[in-house]
Amino acid sequence: MNAVSQVVALSQRNEAIVVDGLTRRFGNGPAVLDQLNLAIAPGEFVALLGRSGSGKSTLLRTLAGLDPVTEGSVIRPRDVSVVFQESRLLPWKRVWQNTVLGLPGANQRAHALSVLEEVGLGHRVDAWPLTLSGGEAQRAALARALVREPAFLMLDEPFAALDALTRLKMQKLISELWGRHRCSVLLVTHDVDEALMLADRAVVMEHGQIHTDLPIPMDRPRRHTDPRFEHLRRVLLESLGVYDD
Amino acid sequence: MSGTLIRSSSPTRDKGLIRHAPLSRFGLLKRYVSPMLLVLLWQVACSTGLLSTHVVASPFQIALTGWTLVKDGTLQTNLLVSLARAGVGLGIAFVAGVGLALIAGLSRLGEDIVDAPVQILRTLPALALVPLFILWFGIGETPKIALVALGASFPIYLNLHKGIRSIDPKLLEMARTLGLTRTSTIRDVILPGALPDLLIGLRFAVGISWLMLVVAEQVNAESGIGHMMMDAEDFLRTDIILVGLVIYGLLGLISDQIVRFFETILLSWRPSHRAARSA
Ligand SMILES: Nc1ncnc2c1ncn2[C@@H]1O[C@H](COP(=O)(O)OP(=O)(O)OP(=O)(O)O)[C@@H](O)[C@H]1O
Ligand SMILES: [Mg+2]
Repeated sequence: MNAVSQVVALSQRNEAIVVDGLTRRFGNGPAVLDQLNLAIAPGEFVALLGRSGSGKSTLLRTLAGLDPVTEGSVIRPRDVSVVFQESRLLPWKRVWQNTVLGLPGANQRAHALSVLEEVGLGHRVDAWPLTLSGGEAQRAALARALVREPAFLMLDEPFAALDALTRLKMQKLISELWGRHRCSVLLVTHDVDEALMLADRAVVMEHGQIHTDLPIPMDRPRRHTDPRFEHLRRVLLESLGVYDD
Repeated sequence: MSGTLIRSSSPTRDKGLIRHAPLSRFGLLKRYVSPMLLVLLWQVACSTGLLSTHVVASPFQIALTGWTLVKDGTLQTNLLVSLARAGVGLGIAFVAGVGLALIAGLSRLGEDIVDAPVQILRTLPALALVPLFILWFGIGETPKIALVALGASFPIYLNLHKGIRSIDPKLLEMARTLGLTRTSTIRDVILPGALPDLLIGLRFAVGISWLMLVVAEQVNAESGIGHMMMDAEDFLRTDIILVGLVIYGLLGLISDQIVRFFETILLSWRPSHRAARSA
């Protein structure tokens, strides 16, 4: 029941994430991850794109220690947090109890309250999770991830199930939170605009490898109207196999 | 135009409201009209001699007999004996069922050891064990309690075991990423997640324990509601038998309500329960 699989090495001094020659296959099938290399600098925000089934979640689960490393190596900080597409809150614990679940120490409620306040959920601290809206539930999941002060935050399509308006708000929230916490972030997304609004770098997976590695050198806050945005958008879409004339 | 619209729509809505309240109250009453008519018919049939009291006593006679049995204390004494048997048996079943389900649900080895024998045993009709139990335990309290305990422990075991095994794997995965200890995972994730199933099992168990008791007390007993009914049979006292039936019915109803009450308290996190309580 250890959070960290034995085969994931922990980076001590610099909190960088280094994936080296990672290969993963299910059964006798083809390699889902095939000699994959990826490095994320401390405090860097990386967006991970790729068509459905390209192995994004598999990579993330390996980084989270949920899947074993059988071939290749993974180095990552000890304190990591994951937010999935579904909030995965325990329905029988109130929102604040969910956020601080498993944390040691006294005065947990106050601790939870301050984080929930930070993600804009201060008014729902005592609610049951099943009564939350989709956006609220993801805020709670985000609070639960942040309260652990991770050096590395992994987000697997966290806003995919939300409506467009809520998604924009959540992107803004992520951007603010990252500005304050400065942890490394790996965001899996299908939304090219989302990647360009948030990330320092966008990487695209294909055939089990990082196929495109695109720096996004725009200042924040970013605007869709930025001419560079339009250019990067086209590059990224092309690397995903979408061409518009 | 719009003025007419508003004027024409609001009076109809008011009328609807006014008519609605007495309608629903009448609706509630309506549910009891047919049973009450049946009881009345029954009484008439007995009074006119259409139904012999050797076949069935009249409702009035049953009420009267019930009152007499309460006054001389027969009913209370036997009821207490029956309640004690059911309570102790159910208690044993709860401990055994929960214990075994935890062993089988929380460890692979435990599952291998416990589950197969239980699955085989449960296919036996528990009532077929009555003669064996009397041979083993004599005619005292033990065989009756054992029978209740045996019958009631299966639904508790089966439901809790199923509940533990069917916890959302995504939640278990979340527990891993949060670094929860094994103890915390069991306490905070597995047990609360399986609680709804345990309560369903408990409701079945309560029903079965009354069934077991009825049989155990009628086959071989010196006291209890079942014994009271068997005694009455010797004297053709259908009124006493029917009082016993009424008591069994009430016991089943009340105990089911008690478990339901626990459900609303313990599962208040479920939206359906909250809605039911506020309504
Ligand atoms: N437990 C598993 N057993 C067998 N195959 C699996 C398993 N998990 C994933 N796969 C396969 O690995 C491949 C990559 O899956 P993965 O979930 O990583 O894709 P993804 O890039 O996250 O896709 P999506 O964008 O749709 O979420 C898929 O072909 C999938 O069928
Ligand atoms: Mg995925």
